[in-house]
Amino acid sequence: MANVLIYAEIKAGKIKKSAFELASEGRKLADKMGGELGAALIGPGLEPFAPELAKFGVDTVYTVEASELEGYNSEYFAQALAHLISETKPEVVLMSHTMQGKDLAPRTAAKLGVGVMADCISFSLDGSTLIGKRPMYAGKCFAEWSAAGTPQIATARPNVLETAENPKAGTVSKISFGVDTGRTTYVTKELNLDTSGKVDLTEAEIIVSGGRGMGGPDYTLLEEMSAIFGSRATVGASRAAVDAGWRKHSDQVGQTGKTVTPNLYIACGISGSIQHLAGMGSSKVIVAINKDTEAPIFTKADYGIVGDLFKVIPEFNKELKAILAE
Amino acid sequence: MKSLVCLKQVPDTETQIKVNADGSGIVTDGIKYVINPYDEFSVEEALRLKEKFKAGEVAILSIGPDRCLEAIRTALAMGADRGVHVCDDAVNTADPFVMAQTLAAVASNQEYDIIFCGHRAIDDDFAETGAMLAELLKIPQITLVTKIDVSADKKTIICERDIEGGKETVESPLPCVVTSQKGLNEPRYASLPGIMKAKKKPVEKKSLSDLGFSPETKLQAKNYSMPSARQAGKKFEGMEPQDAAKTVVQALRSEAKVI
Repeated sequence: MANVLIYAEIKAGKIKKSAFELASEGRKLADKMGGELGAALIGPGLEPFAPELAKFGVDTVYTVEASELEGYNSEYFAQALAHLISETKPEVVLMSHTMQGKDLAPRTAAKLGVGVMADCISFSLDGSTLIGKRPMYAGKCFAEWSAAGTPQIATARPNVLETAENPKAGTVSKISFGVDTGRTTYVTKELNLDTSGKVDLTEAEIIVSGGRGMGGPDYTLLEEMSAIFGSRATVGASRAAVDAGWRKHSDQVGQTGKTVTPNLYIACGISGSIQHLAGMGSSKVIVAINKDTEAPIFTKADYGIVGDLFKVIPEFNKELKAILAE
Repeated sequence: MKSLVCLKQVPDTETQIKVNADGSGIVTDGIKYVINPYDEFSVEEALRLKEKFKAGEVAILSIGPDRCLEAIRTALAMGADRGVHVCDDAVNTADPFVMAQTLAAVASNQEYDIIFCGHRAIDDDFAETGAMLAELLKIPQITLVTKIDVSADKKTIICERDIEGGKETVESPLPCVVTSQKGLNEPRYASLPGIMKAKKKPVEKKSLSDLGFSPETKLQAKNYSMPSARQAGKKFEGMEPQDAAKTVVQALRSEAKVI
């Protein structure tokens, strides 16, 4: 039987939304392949998560617990996941292309001697062969990928696959496992988490982004707009703004920063270089505010306002506040 | 301090990518190639380590067709000591697993304290090779690194790395694989004397038979396609800021339905 396994990532005591996206997609694939859907959980205190995963179509929730797995470590988690995969023998493994997924998937795959189709935005089946469509060159083109060997491992871009409830048993199955501490790895000395509760750029539903036109490091207007949208929004920046030292490098959208796919992307004072347009061109709706009517960003924008952003954005924020209060 | 720096040559970020007629790949004519930007951070960091310890070596490992020699020479002009260029049709455009296998085969015949990779290459965007290489060599990986501090005895490294919504500081024994992230440093430019010197620095060219292994391809791509062309939408020009803002905000709610 051809089963599907998803790896469900836990962050700050919660299963990430991207794991429910994987479960929903995994359910569809498992049904088409006539198999079951399993979910792998690694870490402490896992059983209470099972019902949440069951809601999105998971038949069996496999748990691996060990004292070395209290916090994330690439080597130990990869050992645990590779062991779980060897024990449960899925045909397809889906993970999320999150920062942890990017660290864990390739190491796990290398232990199993298989490849990883990374950052897929959609899946299909050709018989029992998984086809993953993925952007390349930061979205300047796409290709359909397939993987040799078993399991076929893919990571999915967060925020792209739809979630769909489809309640199943979600039976908990504990996998016994002992970490091989003989393999050298790093130790975590310190974790500095941003406690503002801000959503990561790659997972934000709304991104308010500023470029060279901001004229300096004062992003108050954009922070205000993001705050009006609430916790689903965050502030991004163009390469010009990051290179000028106005914003952190982790805020950068584009080919040398992050590729993003929010529902709404608001580009303020961003002219729209090729590498920036590649990184945000798959956003559902794009708004551009720029004083240069010739700026390339307007060729991609669904709504463009030609004008001085320092005059337009305060009005924009006023209107937003009013309409969202309705 | 001996560093191996894995370096990939990729199309410049301002390149317009076009898919070829049968969808089997991209049109490569007229592409301007550069060092993968994340690999430039790696070269710079390796040079700084050598300078800090006033001893050691920076070796560049690159896989790809003949044109890659240009990227290796650029890194040598920045100050790296020597290059190893694996040039073989069987691996030049391989998937990340095969790339990692090839790099591991080269690395196993080299002395090193640390291996640098860019956290991803901006062409195929996999972000996998560094972690796979670390696993194949059975050494730790520290990905998305923005700060490095190597102990005086060159036995351990402390790194600051990006994690979702924050930073993690880790300590690892050496050797390990570090993948470079933007923020690690500002890469230097090659100086004119550096460019002259680079011409005389050794670059060893290797084929797969020199490395003594045959690759096992793991991934295959077909049906390359372009993104659906995005049409320019409505542009509001010459309006009072208040009116333009109101029009667009209302359209976002009633027309686009995203707020």
